[in-house]
Amino acid sequence: MTAANPLRDPQDRRLPRIAGPCGMVLFGVTGDLSRKKVMPAIYDLANRGLLPPGFSLIGFARRDWADQDFAQIVHDAVKEHARTPFREEVWNQLSEGFRFVPGDFDDDAAFDQLRRTVEELDQLRGTGGNMAFYLAIPPAFFGNVVGQLKEHGLADLDGDQWRRVVVEKPFGHDLESARELNDILADVFPSGSIFRIDHYLGKETVQNILAMRFANNMFEPIWNANYVDHVQITMAEDIGIGGRAGYYDGIGAARDVIQNHLLQLMALVAMEEPIAFDAESLRFEKQKVLASAQLPPPLDTTTARGQYVAGWAGGEKVIGFLEEEGINKASTTETFAAITVHVDTRRWAGVPFYLRTGKRLGRRVTEVAIVFKRAPHLPFSQTATEDLSQNALVIRVQPDEGMTMRFGAKVPGTAMEIRDVNMDFAYGGSFTEPSAEAYERLILDVLLGDPPLFPRHEEVELSWQLLDPVIQHWAKKGRPDTYDSGTWGPPSADAMLARDGRTWRRP
Amino acid sequence: MIELTDTNSAKIAAEFVRARTRAGSPAMGMVMTLIIVAPEEDAADAMLAAKRASREHPSRVLGVILGDARGAPHVHAQVGSGDGWGGETALIRLKGEVVKHAESVVLPLLLPDSPVAIWWPTASPADPESDPLGALAQRRITDSSAASRGKSTAMIAQCRSYAPGNTDLSWTRLTPWRALLAASLDQHPLKVTGATVTAERVSPSADLLVAWLADRLKVEVRRRSSKGPGITEVSMDTKEGPIRISRADGRLATFTSPNRPDRPVALKRREVPALLAEELRRLDEDDVYAATAARLVKLGAKK
Repeated sequence: MTAANPLRDPQDRRLPRIAGPCGMVLFGVTGDLSRKKVMPAIYDLANRGLLPPGFSLIGFARRDWADQDFAQIVHDAVKEHARTPFREEVWNQLSEGFRFVPGDFDDDAAFDQLRRTVEELDQLRGTGGNMAFYLAIPPAFFGNVVGQLKEHGLADLDGDQWRRVVVEKPFGHDLESARELNDILADVFPSGSIFRIDHYLGKETVQNILAMRFANNMFEPIWNANYVDHVQITMAEDIGIGGRAGYYDGIGAARDVIQNHLLQLMALVAMEEPIAFDAESLRFEKQKVLASAQLPPPLDTTTARGQYVAGWAGGEKVIGFLEEEGINKASTTETFAAITVHVDTRRWAGVPFYLRTGKRLGRRVTEVAIVFKRAPHLPFSQTATEDLSQNALVIRVQPDEGMTMRFGAKVPGTAMEIRDVNMDFAYGGSFTEPSAEAYERLILDVLLGDPPLFPRHEEVELSWQLLDPVIQHWAKKGRPDTYDSGTWGPPSADAMLARDGRTWRRP
Repeated sequence: MIELTDTNSAKIAAEFVRARTRAGSPAMGMVMTLIIVAPEEDAADAMLAAKRASREHPSRVLGVILGDARGAPHVHAQVGSGDGWGGETALIRLKGEVVKHAESVVLPLLLPDSPVAIWWPTASPADPESDPLGALAQRRITDSSAASRGKSTAMIAQCRSYAPGNTDLSWTRLTPWRALLAASLDQHPLKVTGATVTAERVSPSADLLVAWLADRLKVEVRRRSSKGPGITEVSMDTKEGPIRISRADGRLATFTSPNRPDRPVALKRREVPALLAEELRRLDEDDVYAATAARLVKLGAKK
């Protein structure tokens, strides 16, 4: 780059950053992820004027489609799932840049055509040869696709062009496969060009947590083992596995959610203050937490797992996991997983982090609850404080992102009685201009080349390192416990906390 | 909505608390107070715009309608919360002598220890900072384009009286244009030797855009007239050819740049609630607007 852009001023915070000329190649066009998330997000970005003029989208799939058929698929996806209102002129502008390349992942002719299409778009739409490859496909095909990209010169750069690759979780299914996956990607793309997407943990959430922790003075002094009794991190879904049997069977809740989302949330809550608010410093601190995390033995009692069985959830009759279509009747895959983690640092010594996740639980919620110790002395009678439990600070991630504080207050009236009350704070920005969908920010980061706040392979590997022993232990133990659909998990999960004299919050 | 006739600030404040308790959620999640000063005929529209903006910025919205200043003082208020509002609202009608002392009604109703913004949707005082109500706020939003006549003069007047915290929706309307222009120079890091802004004959936004470009690029910026709507074209001359963004229909623009194919880009004129929401997003001083306002005053003096 030459001299600084005179129209840019660091003081001018109104100006959004618009990505430079570029396009995207989407592999796995027909999948849920593409239709429900990626395509609507691209439209929403265009609608908000954040995509560069001439942005182009190439679909690649094994379908006998023409460009218009692909455009129709995107059109339907956008109409159904986009967050912002549908505007004809935005759509027209965007759809001019849609192309479709039919073919298999090992079809050389198709990748040749893909390269020609990329070159043609550069001429026609001025994408400058900058392309993001979005792999919305099962990881088993990553090797194939990435290899083809390399072979057909699609990863080669000309001058100051860029080529980036976007992959979604799962990042492997254990440490070894995670490393393999990373080697495959790293073989073709430099690590700064690999974007691993964790859509549950959007950038907004990460930034909210960081702002809450490090912009305030009132939380940090008590954010340690002196005051915190334990931490509960929950990600519950009320739905079953739905149509994802093929993916889910053999993966299970721990690999699907704990390895990435919950351990990332834990790292954000437990980490020390980063020296700066950038991706590099953040990663550094998160990595330290993950490296100091330990599983307390014995795993039999400090972990719990379960499978949902048929029952009633939210007023609907639902089937059990083993009855779901495509699931092996003898499957030992868990749909609920809970683990205890100790973070062996001065700040957190003796404070257990309880992580749990599951499908078909009471309701859809993701939250981090910091539960504080009881006051060392209560100058009230026993009866006055009977209803008082522990203070808690809850970071609500979804739905209704915000914060809840639980503390004791006197019940109005003449008798001295103290009871728990909740105080809620909600990030107001969730209606008209809802804080952009996680995917929008993700895709924008990719196109801008912003180093993402998302896990690099070191973090992914540390997470697997922590989780692998649990999964191996479970594999030796046969079938998981069962729990009724619509409840908060198997009794073994309650026993896991009861053993420490604690109980799960009802989120 | 609860109607309070011949009331005062304390009664309005008490009604806020009662409304919150009635709604069953006595906690306050509001982030600021927004005062809206409008004549009776514009108040409904302005409150509606604030309602939509209040979803992004839950606020206590105080609509103040200044009536005839003669005669015995009367304070009437409609107090409400919920019903699509992100916060709570009071529409306060003043009549008689109290009109000259509107700040005495508003001051007790400001949320404790949180920012105050004020918005004049149509006619604005020439010097918002020294306006008694304006003085209560740290963000003062005017809209020169909404002045019933003499919009350009109104814009110049606002720029002359600029004080930290002042802003004008004519400036807010420019953000998408400015973003696109800045992005175009990101893509083509070329020296700009001159520029032209084409817009409706009367357009405070275009005047500001001329001033901004002149200030940032240090070149002469020409102003041409067209039929609109709003700004229809901006072009910047470089040695490789012009970088041009033209928008004839107020929705879709064409982006032309040297050695690149023409590309369409959506550039829609935004509605007032979106503009207001953008203004409320930042409550600190807008240095770039300050520099632009100063430049516009200077350019005006040269003519």
